[in-house]
Amino acid sequence: MKSELDGASARLDATENGGQAEVLRVEDLKVHFPLRKGVVIQRQVGSIRAVDGVSFTLRAGDTLGLVGESGCGKSTTGLAVLRMLDATAGRIVFEGRDITRADSDAMRPIRRRMQMVYQDPYGSLNPRMKVRDIIGEPLEVHAVSASVAEYRECVERLIEMVGLLPDMADRYPHEFSGGQRQRIGIARALALNPSLVICDEPVSALDVSIQAQVVNLFMSLQERLGLTYVFIAHDLAVVRHISDRIAVMYLGRIVEIAGRNDLYKAPLHPYTEALLAAIPVADPEVEARRPRTIVKGEVPSALKPPPGCRFHPRCPKAMDKCKMAEPVLTDLGGGRSVACHLHVSA
Amino acid sequence: MGRGRKPDARVPDSTVGSRTSYMPAPLLQVRNLTTRFNTERGRVTAVDDVSFDIDAGETVAIVGESGSGKSVTALSIMRLIPDPPGVIEKGEVIFEGRDLIGLDDPGIRAIRGNRIAMIFQEPMSSLNPALTVGMQVAEPVNLHRGAAWMKALDLAKELMGRVRIPDAASRLASYPHQYSGGMRQRVMIAMALACQPRLIIADEPTTALDVTVQAQILDLLKELTRETGSALLLITHDLGIVARYADRVVVMYGGRIVETAPARQLYKHPQHPYTLGLMASVPRLDGDAGQRLVPIEGQPPDLARLPPGCAFSPRCRSVTDLCRSSRPPLVAVGERHLRACFNEIRA
Repeated sequence: MKSELDGASARLDATENGGQAEVLRVEDLKVHFPLRKGVVIQRQVGSIRAVDGVSFTLRAGDTLGLVGESGCGKSTTGLAVLRMLDATAGRIVFEGRDITRADSDAMRPIRRRMQMVYQDPYGSLNPRMKVRDIIGEPLEVHAVSASVAEYRECVERLIEMVGLLPDMADRYPHEFSGGQRQRIGIARALALNPSLVICDEPVSALDVSIQAQVVNLFMSLQERLGLTYVFIAHDLAVVRHISDRIAVMYLGRIVEIAGRNDLYKAPLHPYTEALLAAIPVADPEVEARRPRTIVKGEVPSALKPPPGCRFHPRCPKAMDKCKMAEPVLTDLGGGRSVACHLHVSA
Repeated sequence: MGRGRKPDARVPDSTVGSRTSYMPAPLLQVRNLTTRFNTERGRVTAVDDVSFDIDAGETVAIVGESGSGKSVTALSIMRLIPDPPGVIEKGEVIFEGRDLIGLDDPGIRAIRGNRIAMIFQEPMSSLNPALTVGMQVAEPVNLHRGAAWMKALDLAKELMGRVRIPDAASRLASYPHQYSGGMRQRVMIAMALACQPRLIIADEPTTALDVTVQAQILDLLKELTRETGSALLLITHDLGIVARYADRVVVMYGGRIVETAPARQLYKHPQHPYTLGLMASVPRLDGDAGQRLVPIEGQPPDLARLPPGCAFSPRCRSVTDLCRSSRPPLVAVGERHLRACFNEIRA
């Protein structure tokens, strides 16, 4: 299975983005959280399989969207890639180095190259620090700047880069709106000149009219700085807008990866189809014409995922086979992979 | 607001919805509703001279962003504004021929949960964690209809079946924490339907839910209101939800209505720059991916520091001096289509 996956992703990249260097490779990543019982003598009674065999690769300058509903493992995948959570199994290769088991000393220089933008612009900024210090802190921690002048200049450049005004540097986070705070968070993430930025629901806490500003900022920064993004969100419309490729996750696994237009125009996995059908389009006339397949039920617990295909209890097209055998994510060519018995003949 | 405004700038009743005399009176008429809050930063007008109608059986959506006044409008209709700090300063809410604003406490309590029911965003915090689900669904029937508890519980079982809670009979005795988010929202709908209300107000009913569950819940709500003939006031920030479920739309910004129209008309011919801006700034699932979005520049309005003229003027692309100094009245630009803007009507 592993070799098949490797082959699949390698081919996928060759067709998608020829010359660019590979920034990130995730192979069969698993993150399980043990569930313990007992007060003194704790014994493990099970595990929550938040991420359960996820593989993808990412080339420089690309954006991979990770979508799925709550509990699908998209955020956990992001945290594991950054090594903020330990992987239970699998491999994470970043800029050619296997960092899966790298210790904190080894991780320190690597962390400069991979940064994160968080969802909640209220919770992720220290309210007692001035914007200048929030943005400058990573520079200080990693002792990047040679002089105070260089440090100040760098902070000012970052402030300007994310579309804030120079005189905002001496204010505190509470003086800013959600959208502006998210810009501060982006400036801080970019301070150390990373190659990979993991954006975890970076616009979902923002008002609709502000979301577009921040999405545009992400896109122009990527052009300017050649950034590689993993863009995690539940809003498929936003993800489709910003991503080159999209991976749809369900209960800890990727069920489908495709280019953004293929995914929307011809979804292969019944879950992708259901997800697309569930999202209303802002046009009453289009809505009246759209086919409506509403899946039944809710996402089951990751503690006891269903046997076989994890989506089979909700799938309108489930067959007997789906209850028994778990489909493997298989490359179908043309940059598409799907894990579904309908499309993969075993 | 109010300050410096001439009385004739107010919308005459006849233009609200441009209805003609032979049409039946609307189920709910909101007239010049104004709700203020006393805050540390001074008095804030959260809902500012808002007027709109809801017809029997109709689904009306109020769309707006945070601070637009959409939720406060709903709470004002239900007389659920915490006082202090809030106060409904002005206006009428006429429902079935009575003004709800003038009712005393027993009077409004006889309407809440009975003739008008409300569904809130967070089903966990609006359900009582210490009471069984069955008791909570049965309560309105017991309270408003005087049905004995045993009979009310029977009805609760039936209602829970109607909102498709599987195995309803055995789940009557469960507590809210034993339900998933989607199931809790179904319980809320069952409670809302218990007394066959004429109007259901749903304030962001699916914002806390996953998209596939959101579609299930809204489809269910729409289907049940269609069956029972009850009207639905849907409060949301999501233009997609509005497009899918609403018959008519009220767009709010900074506490005021900036535009209202039948849904198809609004999406086809939006007439207010804010409505237009909103539609251009939202990425569409069926849109051109990779294109730059056209955002609305600037920041959301600060209700404590609104400009003297149009609330949207600081962010508007087609702003003029007139917009900055005086407030545009809500005037008809088409069949049941009103907007508050001084600019030329778009073809």
